[in-house]
Order: sequence, then C-alpha cells, then structure tokens
Amino acid sequence: MDNLLSIVTFTPMVAAAILALFLRGDDAAAQRNAKWLALGATGFTFLVSIFVLVGFDASNTDFQFVEERTWIFGLQYKMGVDGISVLFIMLTTFLMPLVIASCWNVETRVKDYMVALLVLEALMLGVFSALDLILFYLFFEAGLIPMFLIIGIWGGASRIYASFKFFLYTLLGSVLMLVAMIVMYRDAGTTDIPTLLNHQFSYSAIKVLGFNVVGGLQTMLWLAFFASFAVKIPMWPVHTWLPDAHVQAPTAGSVVLAAILLKMGGYGFLRFSLPMFPVGSDVMGPLVLWLSAIAIVYTSLVAMMQQDMKKLIAYSSVAHMGFVTMGIFAANQQGIDGAIFQMISHGFISSALFLSVGVIYDRMHTRDIDAYGGLVNRMPVYALIFMLFTMANVGLPGTSGFVGEFLTLVGVFQVNIGVAVVATTGVILSAGYALWLYRRVVFGDLIKESLRTIGDMTGREKAIFAPLVFATILLGVYPSLITDIIGPSVANLVENYDVATTDLVLTRDVAVSDN
Amino acid sequence: MATIILFAPLLGALICGFGWKFIGEKAALITSTGLLFLAALLSWIVFLAYDGQTDIIQLFRWIESGSLLTDWSIRLDRLTTIMLIVVTTVSSLVHLYSFGYMDNDPQWREGEVYKPRFFAYLSFFTFAMLALVTSDNLLQMFFGWEGVGVASYLLIGFYWRKPSASAAAMKAFIVNRVGDFGFALGIFGLFFMTDSINFSDVFAATPDLAETTIRFLWTDWNAANLLAFLLFVGAMGKSAQLGLHTWLPDAMEGPTPVSALIHAATMVTAGVFLVARMSPLMEYAPETMAFVVVIGAATAFVGATIGLVQNDIKRVIAYSTMSQLGYMFVAAGLGAYSVAMFHLLTHAFFKALLFLGAGSVINAMHHEQDMRNYGGLRKKIPYTFWSMMIGTLAITGVGIPLLYVGFPVGFAGFVSKDAIIEVAYVGNAGAFWALVIAAAFTSFYSWRLMFMTFYGAPRGDRHTHEHAHESPATMTIPLGVLAVGSVLAGMAFYGPFFGGQEKIDKFFGIPKGEVRAEAPVQDEQTSVITADEEGETPEEGEALIERAPQTPGEGAIFIGPENDVIEQAHEVPVWVRLSPFIAMLLGFAVAWLAYIRQPSLPRKWADTLDPLYRLLLNKWYFDEIYDAIFVRPAKRLGTFLWKRGDGTVIDGSINGIAMGIVPFATKWLNRAQSGYIFTYAFAMVIGIVILITWTTIAFGN
Repeated sequence: MDNLLSIVTFTPMVAAAILALFLRGDDAAAQRNAKWLALGATGFTFLVSIFVLVGFDASNTDFQFVEERTWIFGLQYKMGVDGISVLFIMLTTFLMPLVIASCWNVETRVKDYMVALLVLEALMLGVFSALDLILFYLFFEAGLIPMFLIIGIWGGASRIYASFKFFLYTLLGSVLMLVAMIVMYRDAGTTDIPTLLNHQFSYSAIKVLGFNVVGGLQTMLWLAFFASFAVKIPMWPVHTWLPDAHVQAPTAGSVVLAAILLKMGGYGFLRFSLPMFPVGSDVMGPLVLWLSAIAIVYTSLVAMMQQDMKKLIAYSSVAHMGFVTMGIFAANQQGIDGAIFQMISHGFISSALFLSVGVIYDRMHTRDIDAYGGLVNRMPVYALIFMLFTMANVGLPGTSGFVGEFLTLVGVFQVNIGVAVVATTGVILSAGYALWLYRRVVFGDLIKESLRTIGDMTGREKAIFAPLVFATILLGVYPSLITDIIGPSVANLVENYDVATTDLVLTRDVAVSDN
Repeated sequence: MATIILFAPLLGALICGFGWKFIGEKAALITSTGLLFLAALLSWIVFLAYDGQTDIIQLFRWIESGSLLTDWSIRLDRLTTIMLIVVTTVSSLVHLYSFGYMDNDPQWREGEVYKPRFFAYLSFFTFAMLALVTSDNLLQMFFGWEGVGVASYLLIGFYWRKPSASAAAMKAFIVNRVGDFGFALGIFGLFFMTDSINFSDVFAATPDLAETTIRFLWTDWNAANLLAFLLFVGAMGKSAQLGLHTWLPDAMEGPTPVSALIHAATMVTAGVFLVARMSPLMEYAPETMAFVVVIGAATAFVGATIGLVQNDIKRVIAYSTMSQLGYMFVAAGLGAYSVAMFHLLTHAFFKALLFLGAGSVINAMHHEQDMRNYGGLRKKIPYTFWSMMIGTLAITGVGIPLLYVGFPVGFAGFVSKDAIIEVAYVGNAGAFWALVIAAAFTSFYSWRLMFMTFYGAPRGDRHTHEHAHESPATMTIPLGVLAVGSVLAGMAFYGPFFGGQEKIDKFFGIPKGEVRAEAPVQDEQTSVITADEEGETPEEGEALIERAPQTPGEGAIFIGPENDVIEQAHEVPVWVRLSPFIAMLLGFAVAWLAYIRQPSLPRKWADTLDPLYRLLLNKWYFDEIYDAIFVRPAKRLGTFLWKRGDGTVIDGSINGIAMGIVPFATKWLNRAQSGYIFTYAFAMVIGIVILITWTTIAFGN
C-alpha cells in the first residue's frame, strides 16, 4: 500500500466524521457507542501504524512511505517518514487508545469529546508525517483548536483563562513561523520539505535595525521558528502556559498535551531548525543550552513547592523537556538520540503520571496533595504503579526515563561542560520533588476520614496502565529498540550539520584572512 | 553459572513479589530464600574455582548511540568473585534470618501481608547489587548503583506507617543522588575523554588521562584527577563518607535484617568496590587519592566519636559502620586496594553478625532499641550473647599481637584492621593517628554496647525483661555461620589479601610479567623484617623479586609502578604493629571502668564535658547545618521562583503584552456572560486560524 501514512492519519478523522454526522442522541447507549467507536478507530489506527513501523527500513535515511499528490490551489500534498518522525507516529497511535479508555467515565458531551480527541489525533499524526511546509503548518496550527476545545469545554473551574493563555502564547510563535515560511518559500522557490532540507539558506551577516546579525538570514529564520517551537515544547521562560493548561485540562487532555503535543516542538527543532538552519543553530545553540539548563533547575525547584499534583507534574514536564532541547542543540549523536528517546519515554511516563493523578481525582475530586496521605493502605496496586512511574520520572536506570536523560547529558558534556554540570543537578532535584510528592500522597498512615473508603484501581484502570508499564521497562532495559531506528537518520542529520558548520568556520577564517 | 547467580535473586524477587498470591505466602518466601542459597552456593564454587582469568559474558545490548556502546554483561574477575561471595552469603543468611525476625511484626495489623513484599525487596536488592559488582562498564554499574539505592529506599521506608521511616527513606535516596551527581559527571567525563565507558577501554586510556588537562567549570584540571574525584563523590554518597553520611544513621528506621544486609555488609561497601575497580584510574590520580585518604580518615574518626554516645543499639552499630568504611577508604586511597577489599570482606561478616545479633536482642526485648533499657541479658539470651561477643572481639581487633604462623592469629577484624593501620603508617601519618584513636573509640563503644546490653542490672520495663526470650533457630543459625566467619575470615584470607605483593598479584590475576633479580639495596630492607617472619624462607625469596610493571586493565586491580605500599607496610616498626592492640585494650579498660566498675562515671563525664557531649550526641550538627544551608533555602528559592519568577515577572509581562494587543478580547471577556465566553473564544480562534491559512495559501501560490 503506497498510501499507508494517509490511512493512518485520516482514520481517526473519518471516525470523527462518522460520529459527528451519524451518531444522534445523548443517552447512555449513544455515549457508549461513541466511546467504543473512538476506541475502535484509535485501536485500528495503531494496528495500521504497526505496518508502517514493520515496513520501515532504518538503515535508509531518506523519507519512506512517501505520497505525493497535487491538492487544492496548486499546493502539494506530500507525506513521508524518516527515522526521526516514525517513532512519534507510533507514540501517538499507541497512546490514543489508552487516552480514549481513560475517559470512559466522562458523561458530559461525550460525543463531542470523542470527536475532539479523534480530530486531534489525526492532526498530530499529520504534523509528524507532513513533508510540505504548508501542510505541516496547517496540521500544526489546526491542532490547537481541538486542544483548545478540550480544555475550554471539559476543563476545570478557570478553564477559560487557561485556554486563552495557551492560545495567546502559541499565537505569537505561529505568526512569526508563518512569516519565516513565506520567506523560505521566496528564497527556495518551493515548499517541499525534502528539497528545503538540501537548500542552503544564506548565512552571511546582515544588518537588522542597526544590529549586526551573525548568521544572517539563517539566524533570522531560526529565531522565527524558535518562537513557535520554544513555546510549544515549552522552554523557560515561555513555559507558564503549561502548568495552567494542565491544571485546567481534563485527564485525557493533560495526557495528550504532555505526551504528544509538547513533542511537536521538539520535532520541529529536529525537522526544521537544526537541518535547515545549521548556521543559525550554531549561532544560537549556546543560548538554548543555557536556557535548557536554567529550565531544568528552575522548574524542578518550582515543582518541589507545588500543592497541586498536576501542576507539580507539569513543571516536572518542563524540566524534562529541558533535557530534550539541550540534547537537540548539543547537535551530536548522543545528544539527539537522547532527545528523541527522552521525548518518546516522556510520552509514556508523563501519561502514566497524569493518569495516576486522574485515578485518584476521579475518586476524590481534588488534586491537592494535602488532601491525600497513606493511600498505600487501601490502594496497594496503585502505590506500586505510582512508585514505578515516580522512579521512571526520576530517571532510574532500568526505566526508559534514564536513557534519555543520560544520553542528552553525555551529548551536552562534549559540547559545554558548564551546562552539563548545571543540568545534572536535575537528578538531585527531581528526586527531591518526586519522592516528596510520593511520600505525602502514598506513604503514612491513613488518617483522613475522607479516604477511608477509597478503592484500589479497577480492571479498566489496570489495563490502561499495563502497556505503559511494559513500554517503560522494556525501553529502559533494551533501548536499542529505539536507537536502532533513529540512529542512522540522526547520524545523517549530525553529519550534515557538522559539514554545514565546519563550512562556516572555514568561511569565517577566509573572511579574517581577507581582511 | 555467573548468569544464574545474577538472575536467581531477580527471579526470586518476582516470584515472591507477584507470585505469592498464587503459590501461597510461605512457598513464596521459601522460593526466594532457596534461590538465594543457590546463588550463594554457586558463588562459592565460582570463587574457589576461579583461575585468575578475566572473563566477560555478554548478555545483550543496552544503550547504544554513536560511539557509545554498552552491554548488559558479566565481568568475572577476582574483585567480582570476592563481592559475589560477600553479597550472596550475607544475603542468603539475612533471608533465612528474616523468617524469624519478620514473623509477627508488631508494626503491622492483623491480616496484613507484608512478608512477601519484604523478601521481594531483599531479593531485588541482591540482584541490583550483583548487577553492580558484575558489570563490565560504568553504565551497568550505575544501574546497580541506583538499583540498590531504590531497594534501600523501599526497605528503609518499609514501615510506611511511620512518618520517620518514610522521611529517612527519602533522605537516603536524595543524599545518595548527590553522590550520584558526581558519579554521573564522572561517567560523562570518561566518555568525553576516552570515547568509551567500558572498563577495558577506560583502563587502557588511563596513562593518557594522567597527561591530559580538561577545562571544567572555572579552571583547567588534570583529567585523571578530576574524573577520579567525580567518581569518588559517588562513592562518598553510597558509602556514607563524611559530608554525605547523614542518611546512614537515619536508615536504621528500616527493619534490622535490612540494616545488616544493606547498611553494613554490602551496599555501603559499593564505594570501596568502586575505588578498587577503578584502581587503574586512581593510580594515576595522586591528588584525588590523597583526598580519599583524608576523607576516609576523617570519617573513621568522626563516625567513631559519634558512636561513643549514642543510646540506640542500632545507631551505635550504624556509626561504627560509617567509621569502618572510613578505614577501608584509607587503605584504598593509599593504593592498598587488596587490603581495602580484605577489610570489606571481614567487616561484612562481623558487622552483619553484630546487626543480626542486635536484631536478636531487639526481638527478645519486644522491639525496644534503647540500650538504657537493657542490661543483664547475658543469661536470658546466651546464644545471642556469645554471637555478639564474637562480633565484638572481631570488630575491636582482638588477637595475639606479633605472633605469626604464616598468618597473624586473631579475629577477623584484628587481621584486616591492623593491616590497614600498618598501611596508613606508611602512607600518611595523620591518617595513621586518626585510625589508631578511632580504634580506641571503636573498642570503647563496642564494649559499651556489650556491657549496657548484657551486663549489669536489668533496666527499663520489668515486664519486657521477664519475657525476654532467645530467638528461634532461623535467626540463631545465621548468627552461628557469621560468627564462624568473624573468627576465621581474617586468618584464612590473610595471604592473598595482605600476605605479600607476590601472593596478592597471583590472587588478583595480575600477570607476572618479566621477573628480574632483586637489586642489593632492597636486600637491606628485607633484613628489617621482624623475627616472626624469619622462618618463611621461601617467602623471603619471593620478596626479593622486583615486580614487573603492570599494564592498566590487566588483573582485577592495578598497582602502579611506584606503588609499593604493601611491601613497606610489612616493614613497619613493632610499636606501630602494637598500636591498634594497645588502643583496643585502652578502649576496653575505659568501657569496663565506666559501665561495670563505676556506672556513675558516664553521667559525670557527660556533665563535665557538656558542650563536647552535646556536639557528639547531636552528631556534630550535620543535619541542622544541611537543613539550614541546603534544604530550607532550596524550598524558599522554589517558592520565590514560582510566585515571583513565574507569577510576577513572566506572567506579568505576558499579561501586559496580551492586554495591550487584544484589549477588545478582554472587554468581551468582562462583558460577556460566563456561559457565552467560550463561544466567543472559539470564534476568535477559528477566525485567526482561517486568516492565517488564507494568507499562507495566497502566498503559497
């Protein structure tokens, strides 16, 4: 099948359309049908995506499963995957059935909820497989809408504030990215991503508003894309939308947000910033490394003091994404391998953590840490699972959380030891906030009257966690499953980057000798 | 066979932890214990049959990225085999002991099943520890390193109802993470410098590291020194060396078998193992080695001083452990790795014995741990008494000084501790005196423990004393086995660990290289050897042969070309060899005076030396100081960054900008009824997206 990627991407969309058009009524039966249909569609999408993974040839660094057609207005529709994007597609298709299953108890506007989630899945898959600038942009921006709806309709008390904050933050980046794309089109004459990857954008210094911009056009374009991706992933100091969004979002929304949506930022860096503007990346790299190191320490400290469990995990997410941006802009094999690994692994771990909060939120309707304590007395299975993911979050070797952290730190150590040292303090701080949270929620005697009758995890909940537990441990023990797939593509990326930036050093030298 | 040893405990942990519901509680416990005994048996076979060849068994691939290639693998050399027997022997005995000790634990309520969980944690710990000692690269070692940390965390916090237990567990993990911070940086640095983190490649590169400088933080460093230092920071955390020791005493919140296994015999010695394992790097890092000696000596001293005044029986032994670990680091830091490993081995026996003995006392006294409520238990629990007596004789170093019959005659601690003190005399006078004084303190607090517990009149609750009873056989058998080890381990293993460079080389699989005849200068030195050794003519003949230079990575430990500390340690003056014995007698005499002869003395001393007494009782105020300079400021900083940084600065600016750009939006928000807000918002988003899309498409054409 030569349109496998389109099938994967649009299956959820079709299911959403069916739901929206044909499912009537809002009684229990209709709700159940909506859930089952959504579960079936996401499950089917996952099964089909397995064919993509099986058919994927890791040793080939070109785009595979490429589909190319003309589309409206003379635009081209082009899809394809390489070693960098294929696992993000797998991550998305793997997690979405779990996300659907996690909202089995939702009762408000179920059909709409399912439609929103299905559309969101389709758009996220589109982002990771689009090979055309405009197509990418459409998927990237349109993905905002269902997320915005999910927070705004099914969210908590101050959901309006949160969704607007989310939106305003993202808007600024979007506009700049759009301008950059237009400039790129003018410069290269195409919106085809594989062609753009081979196009060299000018990097001779230019003057903008009286400032001498080293790296010229590349730096300017890099900055414009950075504005969008840095907000998305998010990097310090443009991260403050995330804790609010998480706190207000329903569990499923939080899971999608942390596990997949954030990764679009990291993916963007790897697809655009690094390969298309290597000189810009080289110029701005040190700044990003330091911002990442600050993010790790800063947000870990802030996470420690949170009273709201979701907020704590949200801040911890920002810290973990700090490792990602740090690894990417270390721009070597270990750094980028680690960054991708970290994103995949964080997909599992953060979902599990948000789902864990969801489990007790469903029972007690509060996320306040002080409202809990001693849960292990009545919820041993929950205590075990939460412990596993707490440890994974802390980066315990043997869980997937360790591999990404370790590789990104190894990578950055070769580039900037100072950043590596600051970032490594994250291993102490993460243990601080994560274990303190665990202690306050799970350990201790069960004193609070309200918790007397709390029940342990149900079969459905265990079934949701089982694949996450499996993935977290499997990837921690045998990470080659991932590094074998991404390795060659990353090696290719690093090689091109090195060539481009070595070139730069040469031209600099030439410039000096000319003077 | 090594693979079975490694995975048997893991299998046991899984069966016990998850399978007990299917096979029953008792069967689960027996399975895990049985698997541990199997592992111990196989370990001894491996140890005794080991032929000196380094053997590497690759299991499967682990983290691979570019030139970073690591495997899950088993490296079998002498260091590994030593650790295998230490870990599996103590662990299997502790498993057996726990049958008795954990039975009817009053911490748990009726009907609560806690034993499978406990045994699963113990077995998991053993697996992680074995993964640590069998690793062939720094990464797997780090896995084991953190794995034992988690097991320790879970076991310290085992009584999760007690707030103090979960606090101690958390503290242990976090303080260890501070050490791991250094360890991790050391690994990154080694990869950066040598492009590998597999031992064989790293070892081969160490001579070059000694010649390289690396820019780190503010200045240039010698690479070997810096990396060795960073790794040692890891060792400090795990082995509770001064500065990162505060977690160890608190770790006594865990059940006593845990203290014996993890916080005395095995896990805490991982740091010593690390330094011995990294000996090819350490030998090229003289400044770091000097630092190791200073920290080791300071730890030995400070630990012993605090031990003098503690009243909780387990805490006394905990500080004693800290102090003994300091001894090991002094030996390792002076380049006598075999001696450090020797003390590690003997210490594992007698310290596990002391802890399990203390557990037996606690069990007899209905979980009372305060020694002020003990007294006169000698008759009530004779078997425990005699075990602990042997442990005390071993730790204080009782033996017959200057007698040599192919090996010195004395309890395990006598042989190994005296070896360390002799090494210290050669290497560092300050460390030597610190260790001798610490030896006197060791003797004092150990006898104080014995006297307060077993002699004198019964104190405390009369009812408890009346019902004091000897422990069941599951507990006394391990005591017996360990007692035998505490008597014999020193004498049996003296030769290969400290008997002379030749024997040590052979034992650790160091190839002989080319043997040259001895220069006449050293003939004179050998004549200094004391009278006892004169009978050993063949030995002397061997000692006349100069050691051929060793290549880093050959054999289990590396002894640099200029390192002759062991040879010199055999030639120290007689008074040096007598000094630990005298110190021991002194400590015993004072303890006897104060706790048997005149029991009013300790109170008087405490009153006259009040500031000093309080300093020791409060453990030199380490906890208070750390709380004031690390914990509280970190919390304050966190709050500040959250409220001011995120709140006022970032959100403040963003809100400012947002309000400037879209004032109409806010007006809408204020005016619109709450139910409709969302519709407006949605319309706005859609509108903007359509606008953007249209622009894109228009330009795209």
